[in-house]
Amino acid sequence: MTSENLFELNNVAKRFTKGKETISIFEDLNMHIKTGDFMAIMGPSGSGKTTLLNLLGGVDQPTTGEITFDGQRIDNLSESQLAKWRANNIGFIFQFYNLMPMLNAAKNVELPLLLTNLSSSQRKAQVETALKLVGLSDRAKHMPSEMSGGQQQRVAIARAIVSDPKFLLCDEPTGDLDRQTADEILEMLQLLNKEFGKTIVMVTHDPSAAKFATHTVHLNKGKFVKAEELLL
Amino acid sequence: MKDFYLIYKNLTRKKMRLFLTTFAIFIAFLIFGAIMSLRSALNAGVEMSADNRLVVVHKTSFTNPLPYAYVNKVKAIEGVKDVTHANWFGGYYKEPRNQVVSFAVDPQSYMTVYPELVVEPEQLSRWYKNQTGILVGERIAIANNWKVGDRIPLSSNIFSQKTGGQTWEFEIDGIFKGNEEKIDTSYVLIHYKYFNETQSWGGDSIGWLILTTLDASLNEQVAKVIDSEFANSNNETDTSTEQAFNKAFIDQIGNIGLIIFGVVFMAFFTILIVVGNTMVLAIRERTNEIAVLKTLGFASSRIFKMVLVESCLLAFLGGLLGIGGAFIIIKGASEQMARFLPNLVLGSDVLLQALAYMLVLGLITGIAPAISALRLNIVTAFSRG
Repeated sequence: MTSENLFELNNVAKRFTKGKETISIFEDLNMHIKTGDFMAIMGPSGSGKTTLLNLLGGVDQPTTGEITFDGQRIDNLSESQLAKWRANNIGFIFQFYNLMPMLNAAKNVELPLLLTNLSSSQRKAQVETALKLVGLSDRAKHMPSEMSGGQQQRVAIARAIVSDPKFLLCDEPTGDLDRQTADEILEMLQLLNKEFGKTIVMVTHDPSAAKFATHTVHLNKGKFVKAEELLL
Repeated sequence: MKDFYLIYKNLTRKKMRLFLTTFAIFIAFLIFGAIMSLRSALNAGVEMSADNRLVVVHKTSFTNPLPYAYVNKVKAIEGVKDVTHANWFGGYYKEPRNQVVSFAVDPQSYMTVYPELVVEPEQLSRWYKNQTGILVGERIAIANNWKVGDRIPLSSNIFSQKTGGQTWEFEIDGIFKGNEEKIDTSYVLIHYKYFNETQSWGGDSIGWLILTTLDASLNEQVAKVIDSEFANSNNETDTSTEQAFNKAFIDQIGNIGLIIFGVVFMAFFTILIVVGNTMVLAIRERTNEIAVLKTLGFASSRIFKMVLVESCLLAFLGGLLGIGGAFIIIKGASEQMARFLPNLVLGSDVLLQALAYMLVLGLITGIAPAISALRLNIVTAFSRG
């Protein structure tokens, strides 16, 4: 693990306009994420967790401020440049898995690879590796509807890692799972962080889930606070 | 090509919806193919008309005969190149239900005025010399299995022979083809002289005159001179271009163009609404999935194209099946209706038009959902879901 900053947010503000009213989510938010971190972000509803995740994932742009990833500014990229950037650098894991219902597990995992120049056989090999890593080699031909929630989330993890991105963004990855399955998923994320060096940011409401991370930050009303302040 | 699998899976994800939408498009193009082929068959005579050919008929009705003497009078008019004439024979072969379109003509001048009819030279010269000879069109020859040299009886449901009876015996001297596929070859030509000498009624009269002018620009002027020449006589004439004559003949059974346009437009408009609505719903259902694809890094323009290709594929799937169905119907009908609609085929012009309409249908029904997919904001889509 290196200690270089993979992500840096400098004086980031995010505001929304609703009618004549301007709603501020963040003002002057500063943070950095080191390469190899497994960071959990906790906070109450409306604290700005999802907005922060959207900014880190390049699916939303800050109103002001700078976001750099691996030394490259991403806050000023166009929509299509951001799409390319996401494809090359980020793996997404969602709360409700978000698998394509008409594609089997293997085809779902293959989706990010359709954005690369890999040949069909190369894609197939990478899909097999990713599915093997999440322990679902035998479920490659199964449709999402034929799998349990935990299995679907493992397929989603395989999809997130298949193109070998540096950074994984997880939005409540265990929010829809029972405790035992949730722990299995979190162990898998831990493995990806420790053994494969993936930098992970995970938004969660669940303190038990946050324990799997190397450190946790707390967000409240658009500001990072200490855990004790959150309880007050 | 990598996206084609995704497009295919999206298209086929709801089998019943795919079937019903495809069926709606199928019906639209079945109607389109069948009706446009019918229109094409009806208009074939108009389309194949020569620019400089005029038809002279009796002013009262084209069924009224004209005096034979008109032939030479018309020949003498300035600007007229060649003149021929024809009589309706009203023929049938063996039984009245086997109608054979038959004209009694002057062979040499008729073939001069209709250069698009192609006959082997030796067959043509034999027919010129043989008064009881008959020249038959290729299509009717095939339909009746007639060959050169065959002797066939042709009866008339209008005329009778001076010797009694309504049946004439003819020898097939030749078979004519058209120099283009659309040329009608579903009729037969007999010698006017033979017909005129043997029939018992209305001698020395002709049904109508056909003439060519030296140049198409003279058509109007020549037509006026002809009609004024016979004005105030017992047999006033009405001269028009062959194209106008054929069109007027078709228009007697109604404004085909308007009817066809109405039917096709209504079918298409209905289908457009059905398919458009289905596509919008299908894409709306997939809002979350489109947002996921965008999150994974699929560019908006790529998703736009995928949606558009999907709607075009749907249009082509239903459309090609419909045109295929129309082809089968038209093929079956053309065999049954060869005598009445000799040019009834689903031609390449109809097929090309149909392909163009399939593309238009696909683009129109796909553009709105494609734009909404293009504009879909990931954050908004997820916050909705």
